[in-house]
Amino acid sequence: MENRIIIPERRIRIISSASVAGGDEENGPFGGSFDITDVNGRFGMETWEKSESEMQRLALGCAMRKGGIDVDSVDAMFAGDLLNQCVGSNYGLSDYRIPYFGLYGACSTAAEGMMLAAIMCSSAPRRCAAVTSSHYCSAERQFRYPLEYGGQRPPTAQWTVTGSGAFILSSEDEDCGEESEYTPVVKEMLPGFVVDRGINDVNNMGAAMAPAAADTIARYFSSGRDVKEPDMIVTGDLGREGSGILCDILASDGYDISDRHVDCGVLIYNIDEADKHSGGSGCGCSAVVMSAHILKNIRSGVIKDVLFIGTGALMSPLTLNQGSTIPGIGHLLRIVGEKR
Amino acid sequence: MDMFLEYLKAFIVGGLLCVIAQILIDKTKLNPARILVSYVVAGVFLGAIGAYDKLVDFAGGGATTPLTGFGYTISKGVRNAVDAEGLIGALKGGVTATAGGITAALFLGLLASLIFKSKPKK
Amino acid sequence: MNIDNKTYKKYADARAKKSPIWKNCIWAFCSGGIICSIGHFLRGMWMRFGLNGDNAGMMASVTLIFAAILLTGIGVFDNIAKHTGAGTLVPITGFANAIASSAIDTRSEGYVLGVGAKIFTIAGPVILYGISAGVVYGLIYFAITVI
Repeated sequence: MENRIIIPERRIRIISSASVAGGDEENGPFGGSFDITDVNGRFGMETWEKSESEMQRLALGCAMRKGGIDVDSVDAMFAGDLLNQCVGSNYGLSDYRIPYFGLYGACSTAAEGMMLAAIMCSSAPRRCAAVTSSHYCSAERQFRYPLEYGGQRPPTAQWTVTGSGAFILSSEDEDCGEESEYTPVVKEMLPGFVVDRGINDVNNMGAAMAPAAADTIARYFSSGRDVKEPDMIVTGDLGREGSGILCDILASDGYDISDRHVDCGVLIYNIDEADKHSGGSGCGCSAVVMSAHILKNIRSGVIKDVLFIGTGALMSPLTLNQGSTIPGIGHLLRIVGEKR
Repeated sequence: MDMFLEYLKAFIVGGLLCVIAQILIDKTKLNPARILVSYVVAGVFLGAIGAYDKLVDFAGGGATTPLTGFGYTISKGVRNAVDAEGLIGALKGGVTATAGGITAALFLGLLASLIFKSKPKK
Repeated sequence: MNIDNKTYKKYADARAKKSPIWKNCIWAFCSGGIICSIGHFLRGMWMRFGLNGDNAGMMASVTLIFAAILLTGIGVFDNIAKHTGAGTLVPITGFANAIASSAIDTRSEGYVLGVGAKIFTIAGPVILYGISAGVVYGLIYFAITVI
């Protein structure tokens, strides 16, 4: 099988990142690690859609502030969210005079945005941002039922994370960005294929996404790279259900990742205590966990080498009602901590 | 004692109607909207064949409170209207019989939207 | 994993954590039973207020609808319903919650195309198919009585 791994021609560092999160996330294991939080998730706005936009605005602003970065010095931003027409990003980032590319990668948008930013930085010394968000309330309204609707979720269902993450990548030679001993460097990238294994259960997105993630990971390791090389294999939002399937599929392909695999959707909540069923999901899920946990630990040297697979369920309520199934995608980035 | 028995019957019949729906939700992945539609149509059907009358006599509120009772009210309204006015009753009976419930729900729903704001799930 | 989609779906369904059906059914039975008993009580109460059987039944429903919409508005209904499941869905309370939650949720889109249109998202199908089934029954019943 061809692998199509992209190796950037320049040294691409993630010079700054920021996370914004809601109340349930703040009450989870990473409470206190997020840069900005609002317990009721409104962020001072009247509608949930505006709240989501506001989260993106805050996240990018915070990332620039943390890295001491000027608006004028950012060459492009790649952003997306779960809402129709990507309104979260369109409105949220309109304050910034930075060339803008809107993306839809469902929950994989954090990885997709970072990948495109890295590719753009690869051709010349540039600085690019990747921003993404999801909001429980706006996603629930668009994809499921009204917020006050009294429904019951099966144990395989996932909860959309209220959160936004912004990442600023740079291929410039000068030392800039957040102060830290190590700096995360994007070493390799492998874009995913759209993989549809015929799952049509909206309450089991993990099962829809896991084969896509497995496909990308298997292609990556089929290039001869060793499964034991990365310290951690981080998937975006497979949840408990999808994580189990991922490990099963890869084991049957001959790759045992179970000792180093973690999933942002499982990490973000104290699942049993908070009654979050299979775990978190949404663009914000991997974005805030990467920013507030994984990248932070790379910067401090606790983790050296991470394989990050942003997973997305490319689900549309419209086509689902027409009888279509849920395609999944998994974008892979290899992020390594290097001395500054 | 009669009083207790009456409530017991309402409790058991109503409870069982809910349990059937719960099993359908958990086993068939039918979404709630489909369950509600099925229940109403089932109520109309059971009312039409005369079975639901007996259930209402037996369980009272246990049979009228679930959504099948809503369907039963429609079928009963249609039957009475056809008896009184002939064919035109088929068009009038159902809505007339359920007018109070539907109007109350819609009007109160509208009022609720004026008063309350949406909140995230806790 | 070289399996076709059908086999994969079977595998995914088989390994999926199952809903705790016994627990759900007990919750549904008890909560549904309680709501129906309340409905029964209300029907008797409205009869004692002098309403006839049909109107008392209607007012019992209206009372439950009022309670369900109030609980929906203050944000309590969904917290109860996540335990009770079909126990609150199947009684008229589920219908009322579907209407009120849609209405409250869409007021940000305005009162005509937001609340006005979306209030029927879940209630609309119920009313439509209930009434339509009634019309079909009326036609059949008329045909039978004429003959």
